[in-house]
Amino acid sequence: MTAQHIMVDGNEAATRVAHSVSEVIAIYPITPASPMGELADSWSQVGKPNIWGVIPDVTEMQSEGGAAGAVHGALQAGALCTTFTASQGLLLMIPNMYKIAGELTPTVIHVAARTLATHALSIFGDHSDVMSARQTGFALLASSSVQEAQDMAMVAHAATLRSRVPFLHFFDGFRTSHEVSKIEAISEETIRAMIDDNLIADHRIRALNPNDPKLRGTAQNPDVFFQAREASNVYYNALPGIVQVEMDKLAELTGRQYRLFDYHGAPDAERVVVMMGSGVGAATEAVDYLTAAGEKVGLLTVHLYRPFSIDHFVAALPETVKSVGVLDRTKEPGATGEPLYLDAVAAFAEKGGGPRVIGGRYGLSSKEFDPAMAMTVFDELAKEEPKNHFTVGITDDVTHLSLPVEREWTEPKEVVQAVFFGLGADGTVGANKNSVKIIGENTDMFSQAHFVYDSKKSGAMTVSHLRFGPNKIHSTYEIQQANFVACHQFNFMEKVDVLDIAAEGATFLLNSPYGPDEVWDHLTADTQQQILDKKLKFYVVDAVAVAQAAGLGGRVNTVLQTCFFALAGVLPQDEAIAAIKNGIKKAYGKRGQVVIDRNFAAVDSSLAALAEVTVPAEVSSTMELIPPVPADAPDFVQRVIGMIAARKGDLLPVSALPVDGTFPTATTQYEKRSIALEVPVWDPEICIDCARCALVCPHAAIRLKVYDPAELDGAPDAFQSKPWKGRDFAGMNTTIQVAPEDCTGCAVCVNVCPAKSKEEVKHKAINMVPKMDVLEEEKANFDFFLSIPDYDRTKVKTETVKGSQVLKPLFEYSGSCAGCGETPYVKLMSQMFGDRMIIANATGCSSIYGGNLPTTPYTVDEDGRGPSWSNSLFEDNAEFGFGMRLAVDQQTEMARGLLTELAPQVGGLAGEILDADQSNEEGLAKQRDRVAELKRILATMDSPEAKRLDTLTDYLVKMSIWILGGDGWAYDIGFGGLDHVLASDRNVNILVMDTEVYSNTGGQASKSTPRAAVAKFASGGKPTGKKDLGMIAMSYGHVYVAQVSMGANMTQVAKAFAEAEAHDGPSIIIAFSPCIAHGIDMATMMAHQKEAADSGYWPLYRFNPGEEAEGRPAMKLDSRAPKMSFREFAKSEGRFAMLARANPEHYEELMDQAQDDIDNRWHLYEQMIHVERTAELADEEEEV
Amino acid sequence: MTVDITTKYLGLDLANPLVASASPLTGKLDTLIQLEEAGAAAVVLPSLFEEQIEHDSWAVHDLYEYTSAISPEAFGAYVPEMDSYNTGPDHYLETLAKAKDNLTIPVIASLNGMSPGGWTKYAKTMQEAGADALELNVYRVATDINMIGSEIEQTYIDLVSDVKASIDIPLAVKISPYFSSLASMCRRLVEAGADGLVLFNRFYQPDINLDELKVKPDVVLSSPVNLRLPLRWTAILRGRVDASIAASSGVHTGEDVVKLLLAGADVTQMTSALLKYGPSHLATVLFEMESWFSEREYTSIEQGKGSLSQASAGDPEGFERTNYMRSLVTYSSRY
Repeated sequence: MTAQHIMVDGNEAATRVAHSVSEVIAIYPITPASPMGELADSWSQVGKPNIWGVIPDVTEMQSEGGAAGAVHGALQAGALCTTFTASQGLLLMIPNMYKIAGELTPTVIHVAARTLATHALSIFGDHSDVMSARQTGFALLASSSVQEAQDMAMVAHAATLRSRVPFLHFFDGFRTSHEVSKIEAISEETIRAMIDDNLIADHRIRALNPNDPKLRGTAQNPDVFFQAREASNVYYNALPGIVQVEMDKLAELTGRQYRLFDYHGAPDAERVVVMMGSGVGAATEAVDYLTAAGEKVGLLTVHLYRPFSIDHFVAALPETVKSVGVLDRTKEPGATGEPLYLDAVAAFAEKGGGPRVIGGRYGLSSKEFDPAMAMTVFDELAKEEPKNHFTVGITDDVTHLSLPVEREWTEPKEVVQAVFFGLGADGTVGANKNSVKIIGENTDMFSQAHFVYDSKKSGAMTVSHLRFGPNKIHSTYEIQQANFVACHQFNFMEKVDVLDIAAEGATFLLNSPYGPDEVWDHLTADTQQQILDKKLKFYVVDAVAVAQAAGLGGRVNTVLQTCFFALAGVLPQDEAIAAIKNGIKKAYGKRGQVVIDRNFAAVDSSLAALAEVTVPAEVSSTMELIPPVPADAPDFVQRVIGMIAARKGDLLPVSALPVDGTFPTATTQYEKRSIALEVPVWDPEICIDCARCALVCPHAAIRLKVYDPAELDGAPDAFQSKPWKGRDFAGMNTTIQVAPEDCTGCAVCVNVCPAKSKEEVKHKAINMVPKMDVLEEEKANFDFFLSIPDYDRTKVKTETVKGSQVLKPLFEYSGSCAGCGETPYVKLMSQMFGDRMIIANATGCSSIYGGNLPTTPYTVDEDGRGPSWSNSLFEDNAEFGFGMRLAVDQQTEMARGLLTELAPQVGGLAGEILDADQSNEEGLAKQRDRVAELKRILATMDSPEAKRLDTLTDYLVKMSIWILGGDGWAYDIGFGGLDHVLASDRNVNILVMDTEVYSNTGGQASKSTPRAAVAKFASGGKPTGKKDLGMIAMSYGHVYVAQVSMGANMTQVAKAFAEAEAHDGPSIIIAFSPCIAHGIDMATMMAHQKEAADSGYWPLYRFNPGEEAEGRPAMKLDSRAPKMSFREFAKSEGRFAMLARANPEHYEELMDQAQDDIDNRWHLYEQMIHVERTAELADEEEEV
Repeated sequence: MTVDITTKYLGLDLANPLVASASPLTGKLDTLIQLEEAGAAAVVLPSLFEEQIEHDSWAVHDLYEYTSAISPEAFGAYVPEMDSYNTGPDHYLETLAKAKDNLTIPVIASLNGMSPGGWTKYAKTMQEAGADALELNVYRVATDINMIGSEIEQTYIDLVSDVKASIDIPLAVKISPYFSSLASMCRRLVEAGADGLVLFNRFYQPDINLDELKVKPDVVLSSPVNLRLPLRWTAILRGRVDASIAASSGVHTGEDVVKLLLAGADVTQMTSALLKYGPSHLATVLFEMESWFSEREYTSIEQGKGSLSQASAGDPEGFERTNYMRSLVTYSSRY
């Protein structure tokens, strides 16, 4: 029987098996494993059964710890279970993994292996996570490719039932989990044949069951625990044999033979590399190349890593082997070597003699590992005294452990290698996925797609690497020399060296607004030179024009995909076009005929617009690539951050990087991304000085300054200014200025501008104009604007909208989405308290836009003060911030104690500092002056106490601790810690940016997701209501709680921030934060916030325990009674409207319930504004 | 004395001349049943809008495409793929089929659009789903200053021909009164295939919100005064075009129905009054109408139908311009 070929990625390959042999699946989102949970959930949602005709019950838990607990419980109660995870998520499962293994319970955890956060978080792949679970008693089974991700998943599920030992099946995050590849599908018959129903019956017999009572989880004592632990040995001893039996059975059924350790290479090899995971692909190519050249080399691929079978390991190696290099994709500082290396060493030691063994590290955090690097290791093995504990793939100029890679690698000629530069969400990635599927499914060719992203959420560049060829593709690394290069965004041509990757004679397709006769004059000199030097065949298409004419707006993917097929010649043109159309039907068919029609129209008109450029004989351009950071940026920014921004971070040596993950702040200002097509421009004639535009700008790219008119000396001619209208800044001038290269063009500012021209209503005080029309002028204006001194913050009412916006944002130009609903809050917070704040940031969107390299948005004021920021984990953020508070409090107390002690020497200043009022900006400024004076005095003192105090003086000025995160953290994974911190009496401020889904991982439902909203893991509409986090916090009585929404009431937001900070105890602000997951036009996100409040969906309130002390109710409702129905609000948001379309009956039902939720909550809140929490003591007379 | 109140519309035998026109009430099964119980002789379902089909499909597409591949952590779209989006006519056809299953009165489907071509295929699917007749609601705001009236008129004619050619069930065409030569236009529409004319459609009209300085399209419910326009044109067209006439707009009472019947309507369509007073109001109107004929000893409404049409009225100019002049005089002389 010929196997069916399918085009899937590693996540899907594994999930196909896992879903088909499971009954209960507990999930939790984590990159890069989230797609496994999402697929399982969506398959169950549409009723896809497992092989026994039962639809697996897929349930999202509150954390990976929760998922593991649920799996443990479900296993104990007799179900077949699985879960999916990665990285920190796997660590949270470890306690349960010990239990599950200790109880010999069959299950499989599928892991898309990902780097553990150490000095930094990384979403990318290595084995540090799975290596942290190698001691749990789980069997560890490794896959090296997409095909294996499916096949080893099958082996794992079969072997766990037979052996009773639970399995951790893993494959490399992103490289395998997200690589789309052509594989032979495992059929349902094969799966049935692999699973022995008798073993399932045994599993059920072992389940807890009151009809056959038994007990597990006893507490054991020194007398028996040890022996009991040893009692399971026989199961582990039997396991390697069982796994091999299952592998052999799979081979019988499919023809694909695997072994515990698979050897590939010369039968008489003298040098062998041992490794596991996706690097095997690159190493296989290296071995093939070297053996073809007569070298005696080989590769041993580890599949079953735990239990590690020494016999099988040694037997798998040729007897001729003299030198073994063991490659580990992890790092264990301080160890005698990385784990796989140590296993190999121990194996040979136990067997006696054996070859020489060296170990090395490669590929941490998805660092590229290619055949040249693999060959370098073989070369090292050939040396008399090879380097042990080496690294490969980096340059280590500090401890000199790295092997210099001098080999060069050329990919086989028969492989078509195509690279596409696109913009996140411009459809390039989707079209390329579709293209490899077309080729994989319509031809005998093999194809592969791998996608590389930069770190921004707005204006992110994507690079798609596609390979097609007649043979199976093992190349598990990025394309290095492409014979087809496409650039889907013309503006990349001035920023990115897209042709660096082009091979000689390659085809270059450029989406260009300029035709074949004009385009040459719009290219940089370097681009022209490369086209000439490499003899590129150069084509242009105005894909934007074709797309627009077809009614596709700016979506160019279909046009460029058609041109790619025309130029690449992988398929005959007619067949290609038919296949593209078929792909369009498949991908978009459900969405409606018009979508298909317009895309078909684009396909049909694309080729006519494609034109070859007659390349001139000489370079004529004087334009150069825009440097990633300006020449006047600080040294570190130039040397390190600039390199990363230029996509050349791989070239940085070890010495260039901080040893402990500490980076300077204030660096986004140097990375001018210039991604907006339109930017806002101010019209002072109409402006009413409301400051709303500056407040709502998610990127701090619209700013307001108030200044003495005298400061206008030397202003550029085009610089606009006007007298401030109100009394608050009488006599001052003001300017609203855009940062044209930092603006993302989201238009939120224009949307909230309330001032309209009396002559032409559409003209507001701020209006979007094409950026190119004003760029140079506005750049000069913004430079001048920055040179105007900031207003004295001690003279500003910082807790007001206008006052806060006069202050410099200390959070600017982040990489968040255009129109992000979160960042305006972060920016406001930074304006109000940034010069004295420490931030603990939960992992999520806010940690990514807040701390992802190359540049970071937290910045400094003119005195160099600004937020100091750190991200610990996802689950521990409240505790992390709480710890900061404890440390600051303790150091403050120590400083105060020392100052009291030293008061006689310091003089009256000591008392002034100790008794200072720091409740407002003026008080803080005065205290800073006093502390500066104290430092001067301390410098003259010699006592140990004075020296100690000198290190602590900063703590004499009040610091503000802020704990930031999203709803995934606050409502779900971090709730336990959050609750504990709220229960304390410490002065911490918590900002929950509530997007009502896990935004960073792609929109999975959290406990904040409202009833009736569609989200991942709630694709049928969330059946239950949103958790009332504010009410839980209020139940403590001493916690300041505010529910705010910038679009609904800006004044209330500013007040809430001021009150929360002033509250001497825990405070929590729950801020409504629209997200692209809501399915709205983000430009209108403030209007949506208003409607959310108007409908009672998001009532605004402040619960201030301080009010109670004054005899007033603590609760103050800042919203009016709902004046529109929830339905009316919901119909304007895609997350609700989608359900109305997909399942109208269910929608109606949920809408009714959701309206009840709102009515009931409003009813409750209305009562609460009258509630007096403190019981009054009865008069004595009455008491008698 | 019993009056025969049956009538014929689009070749359909109706129990009376009261048709519930397209409105939210005719979009849901429970209110459709209430309308039938109250005595509606037929119902016109809400229009399936050409723009809505396109817009919905495109909105769904946008939602997925613009949230796809945002970052390596959010590789797919931000919203889960659904089994179906019902962006096409499926939901409409389902409602139509349900109405057919649960009602005994004729169910008239309605299509609203302007461009000839692909979407007119929905007319056929409506027929297949069991519609007894189709009402084509044609409406276009002619904003193109380069397009002359005759060109626009031709698009109407082409559209009606297209739709007529695709179906076997009767076709009514609902139009606006804004044509230079309405009578001639009606003749041409009938020649192009219209089995009936519905006079007239009402649609979203812009209003201005003075607080927000924004244009807000809105539907204003009709009042009895709106009756005058269909009354005039029903009277003028009666007997002059070979098609059924349905008078719509401003029908609130039994007397309104009587007036339109006397002017020559085969049926009258009600929307605003039903929205205002509920489906049961139809029974009241029916009773009032029947009483009027009965009290005056008509044997059937057929007897009086068109008795005050322009052709039959004693003063045919009463429906023309002179009438306008006279009513002004009458008004002014009253004060």
